[in-house]
Amino acid sequence: MIKPYSEHRLANGLKVLLKEIHTAPLVSSWVWYRVGSRDEITGHTGISHWCEHMQFKGTPQFPSSVLERAVSRDGGMWNAFTYFDWTTFFETMPADKIDLGLRIEADRMVNSLFDEQEVASERTVIISERESSENEPYFLLGEAVQNAAFRLHPYHHEVIGDLPDLKSMSHDDLYGHYRTFYSPGNAVMSVAGDFKTSKMLARIRELYEQIPPGPKPPRISRPEPAACGEHRLTVEGPGETTYLDISYHAPAANDPDFFPVTVLDSLLAGPSSLNMFGGGGLSNKTSRLYRALVEKELAVSVSGGLGATADPFLYSVVITVHPQRKPEEALAAFDDEIKRIQDERTPVAEITRAIKQARALFAYGSENITNQAFWLGYAEMFAAYEWFLTYLEKLAKVTPADLQKAAQKYLRPQNRVVGTYFPTSAEVQA
Amino acid sequence: MKTVNQHALPGPDDITRGILPNGITVLARTNFNSPSVVIGGYLPCGSLFDPDEKLGLADFTASALLRGSEKRDFQKIFDDLESTGANLSFSAGGHTAGFTGRCLSEDLPLLLDLLVEALRRPVFPGEQVERLRAQFLTGLAIRAQDTAEMASLTFDQIVFEGHPYAHPDDGWPETIQAITRADLADFHRIHYGPRGLVLAIVGAVEPKAITRQVEKFLGDWTNPFQPELPVLPELKPLKKTVTRKVKIPGKPQADLVIGTSGPRRKDPEFMPASLGNSVLGQFGTAGRIGEVVREKFGLAYYASSSLSAGIGPGAWDVSAGVNPGNIQKARDLICKEIARFVEKGVTTEELADSQSNFIGRLPLSVESNAGVVNALLNIERFDLGLDYYRRYPHLVQVVTPEDVLATACKYLHPDKLAVAIAGS
Repeated sequence: MIKPYSEHRLANGLKVLLKEIHTAPLVSSWVWYRVGSRDEITGHTGISHWCEHMQFKGTPQFPSSVLERAVSRDGGMWNAFTYFDWTTFFETMPADKIDLGLRIEADRMVNSLFDEQEVASERTVIISERESSENEPYFLLGEAVQNAAFRLHPYHHEVIGDLPDLKSMSHDDLYGHYRTFYSPGNAVMSVAGDFKTSKMLARIRELYEQIPPGPKPPRISRPEPAACGEHRLTVEGPGETTYLDISYHAPAANDPDFFPVTVLDSLLAGPSSLNMFGGGGLSNKTSRLYRALVEKELAVSVSGGLGATADPFLYSVVITVHPQRKPEEALAAFDDEIKRIQDERTPVAEITRAIKQARALFAYGSENITNQAFWLGYAEMFAAYEWFLTYLEKLAKVTPADLQKAAQKYLRPQNRVVGTYFPTSAEVQA
Repeated sequence: MKTVNQHALPGPDDITRGILPNGITVLARTNFNSPSVVIGGYLPCGSLFDPDEKLGLADFTASALLRGSEKRDFQKIFDDLESTGANLSFSAGGHTAGFTGRCLSEDLPLLLDLLVEALRRPVFPGEQVERLRAQFLTGLAIRAQDTAEMASLTFDQIVFEGHPYAHPDDGWPETIQAITRADLADFHRIHYGPRGLVLAIVGAVEPKAITRQVEKFLGDWTNPFQPELPVLPELKPLKKTVTRKVKIPGKPQADLVIGTSGPRRKDPEFMPASLGNSVLGQFGTAGRIGEVVREKFGLAYYASSSLSAGIGPGAWDVSAGVNPGNIQKARDLICKEIARFVEKGVTTEELADSQSNFIGRLPLSVESNAGVVNALLNIERFDLGLDYYRRYPHLVQVVTPEDVLATACKYLHPDKLAVAIAGS
């Protein structure tokens, strides 16, 4: 089979993945750095995300006002994201304008200013971002569960970081982080859309190959030991609604067990969309947990989430408890469903159905060029693009026996944290 | 000035539009680049028909359409949908109830069958209605704790006082409690029908086949009871600045919304207002508002302006999420920017930036099937003409700074603003 994309390595170590798609006159270009919240030490939590913000504050060639104006004038869409394992920046532009995106990323890979005043004003913006998240019970509960699940591994803190660190980190800390992790040797570039590969590659070489390779920073290696008992916690806060977050330690994305656990999630809580842009999701009203919890009026909603991470993270189920019910009733019904999937072989037809759902979600995601370029680079952050291309095949190979084994291995009480958000019933006063 | 590849945009040569004898409008556009299809549409049965004591009735009815039909029960409906990786949902806004769905092209007949059953033959099973009610009430309890939503809702109550637009589409806990199963069935029987129904289908299907299928499924639908939309009262302009606060204890962040009402979508001022709004609080990282509130003073993670013109006048407002200790400072900065906007308008350069952005982003907005469905429904809802997106660059380019200033002066009065604040 001819590979639907091409892969290149520049002399300075930058890996480049290119995929021609000629369905719309658009190109989406992404630069991915192997740095995220897992690379942060105590006292510096949130530094990767803050560093990402500082990348929008300009370089000598592209001062911040020039940067955003230039992209917006051309009708481009641009943004950046920081996650546990990576930080990424993208521009999606009309095809004849993408050169601007390529130039911006090459420039800010090494020339960002990190002006002292900009650092100071961004500190309060980021604290405001954290306060905005703290308004949400989901965030408060999720953060507590994540903290409890990881004692050693740096997945234990949220990407946004802890407030004392956001208040105390200095300009030099941030600039040092930038110089350590932002380099071609620690990056992957993914470009998809309406271009000719040879021309695009030549232009990328021209702009990026002269950048010095930079250090190859080591990653913190503190594997989380196997959990040896269930952990339960409570969070209290304003509101009238009770939530449950049940999180199991789960396999990393490049672990063969990731695929049976993906199918388990689909059967239990409904198919999750893999698409970051334009894919939409499916409803989950025939999933096992919806039937057992929502249809039985123990909950008003249930959802599941399994992140594709480089190291083992969590498989989480979040339940919004029915206003007339207690969380322990919902948890008991949840546990019955887990026991059923562990004890009984799942019919092949149910697995086939999950594959069809995944195939549909793939088709929806393929309409969007930004999403295609996203996947081209994202998969490299925990495996390789082949992982994405063979995803459906790997799901299709999951057998009822694999499913049962994965349920028995991962969905054990000893392997989980159960968090409950109890509302303190604050009254709304007009 | 900027040019756009016209063939990438929907136009009269690639949009198929037909009207069935019973009044249903069908729009279609082919795209064989992906093996999927997106459908979308609306009917004139939104929350404008809600009685005051049963606010939320239109939305409750729309949400209950998929809870059981004459042919399928709730589990069967969703088993058919989810087994094929398809999606279908309904909700109601002010003027219309809308639906959206997607599927692999091989499953379009199934999706249309489910859509038609939901529209024509829902049965509103009692048990399902109660389940849905609990979900609505929980949603409203969550809304009451959401500072952004409560600020926005309070803003609407100030700006649209005495007008149906002041009411939330999803009602209040007591009005949701007051709605009976019979209310849902009656609302459906009276208001749902072919007149005013618009359906757009985009994806890997031939338009002729689509029209045939829609005719087969919906061609014989009639409803002699369908009422005309109620006549809306004139909006009363604010006579002075009105400030209202909603206290939500225990929240680290407060939200504020400041503004007034803007033009209707079909008003000639819409495009100048839209471009002006871009300069005020959209362009780049949220225009002048973002520059001052976020970049210069570091007060907020999000601060921007929005213009939501519809069939009637919509809100034209600036919103921001800030620490409760910074509310007054943020409010002062925002009001100052609004005053500057009304006094001096926009520069030629600022306007050119936003014009360039509006035209340049067009291909991205119609890249996917869902984007094209939105474009087609926009054309139909506001009677813009099938060539609208081809004419769009010209419509954007002819706006002058004087047009923007005149529009700003007409709608925004710095001493007559609605200010809504929600938080601890």
